[in-house]
Amino acid sequence: MIAGISIYEILTVTSILFFTGVYGFLTRKNLISILMSIELILNASVINFVVINKYLYPDILQGVIFSVFIIAVAAAETALAVAIIINLYRQISSVEVKDTEIMKY
Amino acid sequence: MNFTYIILIPLIPLAVFLLLGIFNQKIKPAISGYIGVGGLTTSAILSFYTAYQYFFVHGKVDGVYQTLVQKTTWMNFTDTLAIDMGVLVDPISIMMLIVVSIVSLMVHIYSRGYMKGDEGYTRFFAFLGLFSFSMFGLVLATNLFQIYIFWELVGVSSYLLIGYYYTKNSAVAAAKKAFIVTRFADLGFLIGILIVGYYTGTFDFETLNNPEGSAILNWAATSFMGLSVLTWALILIFIGGAGKSAMFPLHIWLPDAMEGPTPVSALIHAATMVVAGVYLVARLFPMYYFIEDGFALNIVAYVGAFSSLFAAIIAITQTDIKRVLAFSTMSQLGYMMLALGVSGYDGHNGVGYMASMFHLFTHAMFKALLFLGAGSVIHAVHSNYLKDMGGLRKYMPITNITFLIAALAISGVFPLSGFWSKDEILVAAFEHNKLIYGVGIFVAGLTAFYMFRLYFGIFWGKNTKYEHAPHESPISMTFPLVVLALISVFSGFIPFSELVTADRSGFEAHLNIPLAIVATIVGFVGIILAYVFYKKENDLSTKYAKSFGLFYKWASHKFYFDEIYMFVTKKILFNNVAAPIAKFDKKIVDGTMEGIGNKTVVISKKIKGMQSGKVQDYAFAFIAGVVIVALVFIYLWTN
Repeated sequence: MIAGISIYEILTVTSILFFTGVYGFLTRKNLISILMSIELILNASVINFVVINKYLYPDILQGVIFSVFIIAVAAAETALAVAIIINLYRQISSVEVKDTEIMKY
Repeated sequence: MNFTYIILIPLIPLAVFLLLGIFNQKIKPAISGYIGVGGLTTSAILSFYTAYQYFFVHGKVDGVYQTLVQKTTWMNFTDTLAIDMGVLVDPISIMMLIVVSIVSLMVHIYSRGYMKGDEGYTRFFAFLGLFSFSMFGLVLATNLFQIYIFWELVGVSSYLLIGYYYTKNSAVAAAKKAFIVTRFADLGFLIGILIVGYYTGTFDFETLNNPEGSAILNWAATSFMGLSVLTWALILIFIGGAGKSAMFPLHIWLPDAMEGPTPVSALIHAATMVVAGVYLVARLFPMYYFIEDGFALNIVAYVGAFSSLFAAIIAITQTDIKRVLAFSTMSQLGYMMLALGVSGYDGHNGVGYMASMFHLFTHAMFKALLFLGAGSVIHAVHSNYLKDMGGLRKYMPITNITFLIAALAISGVFPLSGFWSKDEILVAAFEHNKLIYGVGIFVAGLTAFYMFRLYFGIFWGKNTKYEHAPHESPISMTFPLVVLALISVFSGFIPFSELVTADRSGFEAHLNIPLAIVATIVGFVGIILAYVFYKKENDLSTKYAKSFGLFYKWASHKFYFDEIYMFVTKKILFNNVAAPIAKFDKKIVDGTMEGIGNKTVVISKKIKGMQSGKVQDYAFAFIAGVVIVALVFIYLWTN
């Protein structure tokens, strides 16, 4: 329980964060920016975990631990994605989404 | 007594095969020859030691030579039916060990000279090792399945050795022909084995051959189309044996198999592998004799008699010396078969069985000698055909004399080995069936005739002018000739009737003087006719051949059996059965599968335009979908 701040306000913030991430994911042209947007989405969900844990079941820590877990997975995922992007750059000298179309076939 | 070391007899040649086969290129030819000869010498010594131990140290128990078996279970089918691997020692397997090891050793020694300078020298010795291993294994097999395994192995090694000159088209074709024909016959053998296994519950020779055993006593239990199923099984097994032993009508592969190197012909296609069929019938002899009063055995007798006559007639007309010998082999194999066919079981009635094994032994020696002699001649004049030979006695004295001894032996001249064994066969046939006896005595005359036609044609006859004067072969080739000639002279005095008999107890054999005289006279008539026709160059033979007219032409074309087989397989089976099936397979079965594949490709090409390849388009579609679904749920929820 955080004094002076209700759960609705925090959830509003995380929703904004989430939809900012979705918007960025859909509109960015650059693969790195898309990756950053995905991080925003993940962070929004992590905050949600912590907050809901805090407000509904204050005496257990499952949500918190889960959020740490998500952060670890996100780090691994980012490392992988960056490796893919670097390889892609070596092949086509670009990190623009439109240039990756050749992988279609 | 302990016979475990017998397993070494087949294993040493196997080791030789693996050694020479794996290090093919790394071994110098001279050394590989010594390895092969050394391995076989060891096996031969062990075989002789075994024979000595078995016959003279172990000896008879209760007046009967025992069957000694050492085996281990290899494969369990059911609780009662299992396949074993092991060694079985009894008089005929010992005798075969001796035959195989002597001939194989002699051929190894001979090949060191004959194959000298050949590119595949090491490969040749490796294959000889493989063959010796398989043949020893076949001889020592304890049950039908084990014999079948080694049966196929000798078939493979025969295939490899016939096709040894694999750059020659005719050799490749001959190898394939030999393999396919014998394989086809082995199908019968396999079915026979399965029937025996199903109805008697065992594959073991010991159990099957026990005259008081359930397999023999209960033969009438199940019948099929008027005959006992076991009779059918025995007939099918005999088909397998007939394929290997080149009995009519499965003989067509044997003459072509002469495409292989001559030592191979001597080892495989004269002395050892082709007698496997005879050995098989002898191995199952109690079954053949007791089941359905020897119905299957009668078939063996008539097929054998017919084959021996048929082959002897063809042998007279052939001009390729190796082919004459091949048909002669077939004829003599028929002799052994007919002897088995007319044999009884106990005591003196079993003379046919004894004679068959006796003839197998003596024939292996003198026929190997004939082939090796022919090889020596071919080595000298570089041709297989009689027309290129003549007057060779001046150039090749040792070959001449040894060949003469072998020819006299096969013609049944007293006191060479062939006389004794052939006489016993004729006695057995005379006592049992006069018709078969008539065929036998006629074939004996023909044999003497064609053998001496060959002998006079090669060593006497016209004085051919040779471009290079032929010379006697090196000592590595003449030594085996001399050894085999000595055996051919003296092996007739081995007391076979004491050692190898159907009921194992032995009997007192005595010469049947009138029959022996008849046989000798017939043999001499053959020899004298050949002398008149072929000793000096003259046109008597062509004149007489003309008087036979059409018959002669048929015989010289082997009665058109190759053509008949070609017609049946190519024109009828390939065109009318195989070709439509192949067409069905290609058009309908393959067509359906390919059609499905092709249609998938076509459709996917059409719809792939829907995919932009941009990850954001997909994400947008996904999120839009989520939003729509969410809206729908909210709408439903609020109402």
